[in-house]
Amino acid sequence: MAGETRRKTPDQLLREVQAEEPVAKKGYLKIFLGYASGVGKSFRMLDEARRRRERGQDVVVGAVQPQVPPEVEALLTKLEVIPLKQIDHGMAIDVDALIKRHPAVCFIDGMAYDNPPGSRNPTRWQDVQDLLRAGIMVVASIDVQYVAELREQVESITGKSVKETVPVSFIKSADEIEIVDAPPEEPIERTPEEQVDARRREQRLSKLRELALVLAADVVDHQLQEYLEQHGIRQHFGAHERILVCITPRANVPDMIETAKTIAEKFHAELIVAYVNQPNISPSDRAALEDKLQTARAAGACIEILEGEDPVSAILEFAKARRITQLFIGHSQRSGLGPRLWGNPVDKLIQRSRGMDVRVFPQ
Amino acid sequence: MPEKGRGKLKIFMGYAAGVGKTYKMLEEARELKAKGINVVVGYFEPHGRKDTIAKAEGLEFVPRKKIVYRESTFEEMDTDAILARRPQVAVVDEFPHTNVPGSERAKRWEDVHVLLDAGIDVLTTMNVQHLESLNDEVWRVTGIRVRETIPDWVVEQADEVVMIDLTPRALLHRLERGVVYGREKAEQAMRNFFRESTLVALRELALRQAAHEVEHRIGDDEAGTHAEAGVQDGKRKHHRILVHVTADPQTAMLIRRAKRVSDFLGAECFAVAVQASGDLSTLPESDREAINRHLNFARNLHIETRILEGEDTAPTLVDFARRNQITQIFLARPRDRRWFPPLSRNLVQRIVALAKDMQIVIVSEREPVIH
Repeated sequence: MAGETRRKTPDQLLREVQAEEPVAKKGYLKIFLGYASGVGKSFRMLDEARRRRERGQDVVVGAVQPQVPPEVEALLTKLEVIPLKQIDHGMAIDVDALIKRHPAVCFIDGMAYDNPPGSRNPTRWQDVQDLLRAGIMVVASIDVQYVAELREQVESITGKSVKETVPVSFIKSADEIEIVDAPPEEPIERTPEEQVDARRREQRLSKLRELALVLAADVVDHQLQEYLEQHGIRQHFGAHERILVCITPRANVPDMIETAKTIAEKFHAELIVAYVNQPNISPSDRAALEDKLQTARAAGACIEILEGEDPVSAILEFAKARRITQLFIGHSQRSGLGPRLWGNPVDKLIQRSRGMDVRVFPQ
Repeated sequence: MPEKGRGKLKIFMGYAAGVGKTYKMLEEARELKAKGINVVVGYFEPHGRKDTIAKAEGLEFVPRKKIVYRESTFEEMDTDAILARRPQVAVVDEFPHTNVPGSERAKRWEDVHVLLDAGIDVLTTMNVQHLESLNDEVWRVTGIRVRETIPDWVVEQADEVVMIDLTPRALLHRLERGVVYGREKAEQAMRNFFRESTLVALRELALRQAAHEVEHRIGDDEAGTHAEAGVQDGKRKHHRILVHVTADPQTAMLIRRAKRVSDFLGAECFAVAVQASGDLSTLPESDREAINRHLNFARNLHIETRILEGEDTAPTLVDFARRNQITQIFLARPRDRRWFPPLSRNLVQRIVALAKDMQIVIVSEREPVIH
């Protein structure tokens, strides 16, 4: 069965997926992702608007930033802009006017705004959703700071709280994402104190930049995995490392989790901890296991309880289904010095785990 | 002009031809020139792309050097001429390029190092698939073994790495419009390397690599400015990685993988071969050559290498590991037939049994996806 699906290339499958998509399902969403104001996101995005217009597409700008640099100002003079609408004391994009005008492509510079009370939707990204539902292609920009799920990380980097956010699920639903990358500006040499401040600022920006790059990679990976998933391709394809830590009641879980967590952080990998359910487990082992699963949960791992008479097969099947790239296991409990190694589950796992690395831990 | 020490290196990194690396680099060169900085183009590969050629207009070019090899004339960057010209910034396209035999240096990145040593800042371009440690990943995704590779440490030494991003769909659109290659070559490219799924995977590799490069540089900065960073590092376990070098062709992959992990963990990395005589002299020529090639490869990646003397590989390796406070041993997964007959234990089984006090990583070859 697997052999049949594997005969198709991911590319053929991609094309099939695209062919299956209902034509008027929704408008196409493209996102420009940045990590700070001033990296040139607005310019890059509106320059695309200009190019599309020059190629004859019906392009409209539905939102611009409150303050724009001169080069963006110059671009805007060449484009049709439908201005924001005043609602009470705030501003929101004019969804009705945009839907009525119904351009082929609508550009929204800055997606993370809360709308004033009395607006069509509480937030601007929901307005964007309405435009998409109306069948309009939207190109929108956002900075990584305003992604809801990253709020805690962002606040710990910048020390500032963020109020207006967009859920990561909406970012991931984008058909295309493009990152606007540029290193932070070099600090100009000033007094030593000012230099330290400038370096701190540069570090903060670098951390945000890294967050943005990883988010973009995750969105790209999400797209790739969706295609593979839909078509039953079980091979690992892509650049995302996925770590599976297999634990037993007596495994040295803290050591395994610590290493797994470090590697997962450094490689921006997904971390899964699995335990194969054993029927005749003693109460003390049960307690030890609970304790270890707690350690894993605290480390932010996703926990999976596997079922299966043969633990080795259960682990390997799960690993294949989830496209695991690194398998972490403990050294066998039984003394390995005898000639009976063949029956050792560690050996079996190593032998049968093709296409992934196996890391054996001291107990 | 004040003496400024070593020049700064900035890499414009992409994931395929046509994403706009050279364009962006030339744009920056023009901006620098407009600011009154002394910029020259040391090497530029126009590939007949109109937009890119337009960006190069008005910049000063240092003429290329002609090199005759096997009765054909090749053109390479003229490093000496650039040195004589003494610009503040040199623009050098295609960082991973291999120079034609007969050139002074084998690789363009070595020429770039000469410029940097002379205090000249360099802007350069490369695609992520040329990074040595990603060679196997790239092979798996594209089915292509990239031959022109750059050791990771060369890229890590760059002061800045910028990701030049473009969505695969936009790139394919450019290709269809004939912006990147001529029409015929474009069609051929789209059937091979430029499949959308391949591009998506390469782009993901590039984004993750760019994130790693940013993180790597934050680490550098923190060590310099915050004393507390050192305290944190002290708490973290310090890893030392050992790679077992054999004549098996899988060894190159094993070394790359171990090096990548040690780079990401900030660990030290050693590569050792084990021989009864303590050197390679008793081996058949093909094995000797292969082991030497692998040890050389490791040294080029800045890994310390050694040949250990020992009749029996497993205990020799484990003993060396213990004496050198190794925390992780990297071994290649034995080929399937080595698991038989069931009663004779292979090297991996023996080392796993002997070294219960350290982590053993068994690295598996990852085959290309379909194609």
